[in-house]
Amino acid sequence: MEGLPILSLMMLVPLAGAAACLFSGANAARWIALGATLVTFVLGVILWSNYQIGGPQWQFTERAELFAGFSYALGIDGIALMLIMLSVFLMPVCILASWDSVTKRVGEYMAAFLFMEVLMIGTFAAQDLFLFYVFFEAGLIPMYLIIGVWGGDNRIYASYKFFLYTLFGSVLMLIAMFWMVAQAGTSDIPTLMEYGFPASAQTWLWLAFFASFAVKVPMWPLHTWLPDAHVQAPTAGSVILAGVLLKLGGYGFIRFSLPMFPEASAQFAWLVFALSMIAVVYTSLVALVQSDMKKLIAYSSVAHMAIVTVGLFAFNVQGLEGAMIVMLSHGLVSGALFLCVGVIYDRLHTREITRYGGLAINMPYYALFFLLFTMASIGLPGTSGFVGEFLSLAGIYQTSSTVALICTTGIILGAAYMLYLYRRVAFGGQTNEDAAAMPDISAREWIMMAPIAAAVLWMGVYPESFLAPMRKDIAVLDARLAAAAPAGDARLAPGTPRAQAANALGHHEGMEHESAKEGAH
Amino acid sequence: MDFAASFALVLPELVLTATGLVLLLVAAWGGDKTARPIAILAASALFASGLLLVPGLHNGTDGPATLAFGGLLKIDSFALFAKALIYLSAIGALMIAPAFFASPSAGTERGMRAEYPVLVLFACLGMSIMVSANDFMSLYLGLELNSLSAYVLAAILRRDTRSGEAGLKYFVLGALASGILLYGISLLYGFTGGTSFAAVRAGLTGEMGTGALFGVIFVLSGLAFKISAVPFHMWTPDVYEGAPTPVTAFFATAPKVAAVALTARVVFEVFGGQVAAWQQIVMFMALASIVFGALGAIGQENLKRLLAFSSINNVGFILLGLAVANADGASAMLVYLFIYVAMSLGCFVALLMLRDEEGALFETFADIRGLSVTRPAIAWALLLFMFSLAGIPPLLGFYAKFVIFQATIEANLVVFGAIAIAASVIGAFYYIKFVKVMFFDEPAGVVTGKSETGHWVLLALTALIISPLGYLLTPSLTDLAGKAAASLFLAV
Repeated sequence: MEGLPILSLMMLVPLAGAAACLFSGANAARWIALGATLVTFVLGVILWSNYQIGGPQWQFTERAELFAGFSYALGIDGIALMLIMLSVFLMPVCILASWDSVTKRVGEYMAAFLFMEVLMIGTFAAQDLFLFYVFFEAGLIPMYLIIGVWGGDNRIYASYKFFLYTLFGSVLMLIAMFWMVAQAGTSDIPTLMEYGFPASAQTWLWLAFFASFAVKVPMWPLHTWLPDAHVQAPTAGSVILAGVLLKLGGYGFIRFSLPMFPEASAQFAWLVFALSMIAVVYTSLVALVQSDMKKLIAYSSVAHMAIVTVGLFAFNVQGLEGAMIVMLSHGLVSGALFLCVGVIYDRLHTREITRYGGLAINMPYYALFFLLFTMASIGLPGTSGFVGEFLSLAGIYQTSSTVALICTTGIILGAAYMLYLYRRVAFGGQTNEDAAAMPDISAREWIMMAPIAAAVLWMGVYPESFLAPMRKDIAVLDARLAAAAPAGDARLAPGTPRAQAANALGHHEGMEHESAKEGAH
Repeated sequence: MDFAASFALVLPELVLTATGLVLLLVAAWGGDKTARPIAILAASALFASGLLLVPGLHNGTDGPATLAFGGLLKIDSFALFAKALIYLSAIGALMIAPAFFASPSAGTERGMRAEYPVLVLFACLGMSIMVSANDFMSLYLGLELNSLSAYVLAAILRRDTRSGEAGLKYFVLGALASGILLYGISLLYGFTGGTSFAAVRAGLTGEMGTGALFGVIFVLSGLAFKISAVPFHMWTPDVYEGAPTPVTAFFATAPKVAAVALTARVVFEVFGGQVAAWQQIVMFMALASIVFGALGAIGQENLKRLLAFSSINNVGFILLGLAVANADGASAMLVYLFIYVAMSLGCFVALLMLRDEEGALFETFADIRGLSVTRPAIAWALLLFMFSLAGIPPLLGFYAKFVIFQATIEANLVVFGAIAIAASVIGAFYYIKFVKVMFFDEPAGVVTGKSETGHWVLLALTALIISPLGYLLTPSLTDLAGKAAASLFLAV
């Protein structure tokens, strides 16, 4: 693998595919897009398998001085690797999801998605501050088109809102970036991650970055673009929005805000906590009363992303790892839930919950998948949702038990709105004739759902596969944050271990010790 | 310095003068049927003059060797950069003109008038003098030569009342601006005792009197008129809308470059010792132009009018580079100018290509509804230009804003930069409206006619520059702009 610019290659393949799609007919474009995303996914698998766990922090680095003012520098650590994997995994699914449902201007649609993939990989792999900004911001163009051209009835309002909200957040970040580069004399991200900015400046820089990332995440009260954009976007657009674009905000926090401005992060942790607590409770309650399925899932996204931000600002390993797993898990689960909505939307062309009912009778396989993803969204043990939420909340508990308490109500409320949704759609009598006549999922839909279901279970049962590549990077980040970390309110006093466990039979001591060590991850 | 050396320095201008005079005679005797050969010859003359600039541009020239005619003109790297840009945009304006004037909607039975290329040539000559002026006398001479040609160009469609109105408005307000400028120059002359830039600069050292300050302000106001910066922008929308589209394309590019370059030279070389006196004025004009350019555009239905406000908005960003008041800012400003010229030219070419079967131009948003279905190539090119104007990466328009804001922040004008960039989001609103109309709305059902090859070439070229591939140009562009800006500050 030495010397092969695999990251550039992963961007080049979809780019070439996008160009080809623009100039080909509808059916050819579908196959080209599927082929390009699958090739990229294979490249992604190669990338993961060649990633050395415990190796150098930045791997697969590439650098070329192509531009004046910034350089073309790529490279990934474990955190970026996982998010790139999420992106390339979801892309073929998105293409499949739009196979039949998108019928107008297919070539342009597929090109927009492939271009989006290029930008997502670029964002996660960029090692230069301005290169990151270019990729980060360029995503506005394809997303604006996807919502505006192929969206629902109110698509124009939603596309404007999405565009202007995110643009406004980002330009302030750009100003902060200029200041940082002028101060530090380099735009190299790894160097900046270790650079100590003066504490007084950190405050402003942090706020400028926060303006951008908080819109992307999105955090309450800047979340209002999200339900509009989600509801109006085509199914695949929602999957990409929820699956990957929201992660850009979380990635921004973990890559920029936390390591570059640790003091300011500690100083503003209360702000993040406050906004997240409101988000968890408020958006869960809002989700409870939605009559539109997509809107309900969109609000649940806001609540889940609030768990991410809480975990990130817990300033400890559990919190950070939990936040990452929630991001990955939410990418899969909410993406899959949007697919589930898409499947029945394609059949009945409505997202009104009351128009369905009793789908478990005529669509048993569909109901099975929907149930799995519903449970994963709630955080049932054995699914990916549980691992992430548990770690996040365990992390935040060490910092603030109040925040942990309030955020945990989100899980209960989450169960309420998700189960309520599931009951109304899948259970009960078949009140609507047309809904009762819908056929079960097709082979194409099986191919979309099954891999995500497998990934959700894998992450739930053996999260170590996903945690291992990130462990070292999170440890580095934790060490960087250690000096600034706020003192937690949980006064954990390690007790003296009993000589023997209450139910010990003598030879169990060693195992106890083992499991205690594992819990410290 | 002997005359021969001076003539050698102004060789491009001599080529333009000679060609212009000869072509004027040809036009007078040959009539309008010779218009096309004249246009081709004029473009060739501009191209030849442009080639003459290359060695100096490449190696960079400054110092006393660049002074011509006893210091009346100064042909340094800065002047060369501006001239190259002016000639290129003028060639573009000549390329797109014949097809427009030949169409029935122009109302000219005989196609393009033979005077059109000649006037463009003379305007370029005036602009060349403007950007190399080193004395208020030569400055005014160049400015007026350019302006008088421009007034006639705006009104060149004699039977079109809108064109006549545009010409008249441009003339009256332009004359007013010239008067203000002249008054400022006379005040400066009175308080410093000279008209050469060096003399005025020498006279402006130390504590500045009220009279001299008034001189500075009047000169700046006159120049602001020429670059259509707020609050002296009111003529722009009317003139842009009324003038024939190729002329508007010309106005939006070449004279803007010349006027901006001239302003930069005046503020840095003449008022360079009194930065405090003008920096706040320029800052105000920059912010006001960004905000008003954006707000004014929001309600517009006419595309040319909208582009007029967009140019006001862009001038704001250019002035931002000026307000920084150092070589980085000036260099950023030149990079911005180059990219701005490519974007504006591209937009106007695209507009010129949009015509119905009869050849009538599309001028309002209602006309371009659903353009992405009826004319996908043009719609995609316009999409690139609009996102680029809005400053969205990865298009080159982002790089233009990038360098400007980088210079602003490095000069420690953080709050100023933050306000300006936040205001730029307002501008994004109407640029994406353009995209919305073309891509999201249902087609208007108007059959669209064919476009000329020359237009396609220019559209493809400008779109290529604006596309992410344009970033590969940035190292050499930055290098040239850096040299040009350095020569501006060497004189200090």
